[in-house]
Amino acid sequence: MISGARNNPALTHPSLWIGAAMTACVVLLALIALVWTPQDPTAMEMAKRLQTPSAAHWLGTDRFGRDVLSMAMAGAAISLQVSFVAIAFGMAIGVPLGLFAAMRGGTLDEAVMRVSDFVFAFPALLTAIMLRELFGPGALNAMIAIGIFNVPVFARVTYGAALSIKTRDFVTASRLAGKSEMRIALDHVLPNVLPLLIVQATIQLSLGILAEAALSYMGLGVQPPAPSWGRMLNDAQTLMAIAPRLALVPGLCIVFTVLGLNLLGDGLRDWLDPRLRRRQA
Amino acid sequence: MSLLWLLRRLAGLVLALAAASAVVFILMDLLPGDPAEIMLGTNARPDTLAALRAEMGLDRPALIRYADWALGLLRGDFGRSLTYSVPVAELVWERLAVTLPLAVMAIALTLLIALPLGAMAAARRNSLTDSTIVAITQLGVAIPNFWFAMMLVLVFAISWRWLPSGGFPGWSAGPSAFLALILPAIALALPQAAILTRVMRSSLLETLGEDYVRTARAKGLTRSEALRRHAFRNALIPVLTILGLQFSFLIAGTVVIENVFSLPGLGRLVFQAINQRDLVVVRSVVMLLIGSIIIVNFCVDLAYALVDPRLRGRA
Repeated sequence: MISGARNNPALTHPSLWIGAAMTACVVLLALIALVWTPQDPTAMEMAKRLQTPSAAHWLGTDRFGRDVLSMAMAGAAISLQVSFVAIAFGMAIGVPLGLFAAMRGGTLDEAVMRVSDFVFAFPALLTAIMLRELFGPGALNAMIAIGIFNVPVFARVTYGAALSIKTRDFVTASRLAGKSEMRIALDHVLPNVLPLLIVQATIQLSLGILAEAALSYMGLGVQPPAPSWGRMLNDAQTLMAIAPRLALVPGLCIVFTVLGLNLLGDGLRDWLDPRLRRRQA
Repeated sequence: MSLLWLLRRLAGLVLALAAASAVVFILMDLLPGDPAEIMLGTNARPDTLAALRAEMGLDRPALIRYADWALGLLRGDFGRSLTYSVPVAELVWERLAVTLPLAVMAIALTLLIALPLGAMAAARRNSLTDSTIVAITQLGVAIPNFWFAMMLVLVFAISWRWLPSGGFPGWSAGPSAFLALILPAIALALPQAAILTRVMRSSLLETLGEDYVRTARAKGLTRSEALRRHAFRNALIPVLTILGLQFSFLIAGTVVIENVFSLPGLGRLVFQAINQRDLVVVRSVVMLLIGSIIIVNFCVDLAYALVDPRLRGRA
């Protein structure tokens, strides 16, 4: 399947390595933020409020005197954690559902696809609003709301790919050899769907980052004092006229991360899917 | 379009709306516990709580309450808001006067940007124009709409003072009402336009490779004539589907963007109601938004079948 691996991906797919490098930067910053930030991102110091960038505060301070760089780093960690858990949640439910529907066919197939169509009508924001009374506003609420929206995405991708792989000769051969449908699904279909799932997961991660930012901005996601990019933007909004820098930093962090993940997703798709490459050539 | 096919789709629509209302009711009314206590807070006096419980009919079985609420929605009775002391339907009607024009402006803007840009990129494939357009759309998808909205305010409202930074003067104010919606509509349209430009580009590239386009070229049409007369219309089919799917993002976007610009629309209403814990308003408006997404997708399905009769058999 991964015949393109023979080529040097860095040379043939520039978006792959540009995206991978951008994503690696963000992941590295987030990992560092888990153990160290230049200052405590939650420590308020009113005497130092709204300072412009200096040697002590590379990106300045916000209206409570908190260090913007430390907040942005800690925000990266939270943003990635929420999106990662949400996408894992979507995959954990969506992939088995899609696989099962494709292997069994018939009424079940129809039912799973209808339900996933239905779930598409619930954007993460509205789900988060509905779940607010149940879980309270916070990271968990955001993870579940974004996760639920991802279930049908992964169910559909898995279903579509599994349907076409199911008709291949090697699957028929395994069936003739007496393997059960379950074994065939796990041994032959799933490994072949995997590249597609990795690509989709990368793209969904970028959408997850955007959704998490929107939820935190609206006060439905990560709660203060935990720093998050969306929260920082919300705080910055009333200060746009005097300190636009406060809105620029978290905004650019989001754009950089999402752009990196999207480029990585595009590059991975081109690299992992030889059929697509042939069509484009 | 066969009647049986239409009836089946209609039954599916009714079922989806019923299921959506059940989900909303279960998540917002049953699972969190006592709605009266949530609305009034844990320190509320017992007699006030009892009065609200009686007003909301919380002493009745859940199934009856659900049926009452769902049938009320069908009649246009969305319940009574606790904070505003008016029927929710009245609030919704008032707020739609902002949300609906905003959504229409955003969709119009999306199409105005995406269709020509996508067509231009496809017509000049692999040129500098094409790669520039593709790069811009890549960036457009990555920019959060509410941040873009803030940047628009910074440039057009704070620095240049061309347009208002927020608020809505009401339609009686004439052109200034329209001006108040321009920046919000642009912010809403950006990510949608970026996605749709890419869909339009790839869809057009695909149709340009079809036999009928080659025949048209063989008859002596230039590439751009063939594109305009034959490929463009056929390329619109996937664009229509994606536009329908994007409607749910547009609705979510409206809720956020109305809050950035303090526009008195449905999104702002639902957000204020969350903070005021006015569950009656939140529940009905959320249902209304989800219902509109389901209905729009149903209409897209119908339009799809009208445009391409081959799909009816498959549906």
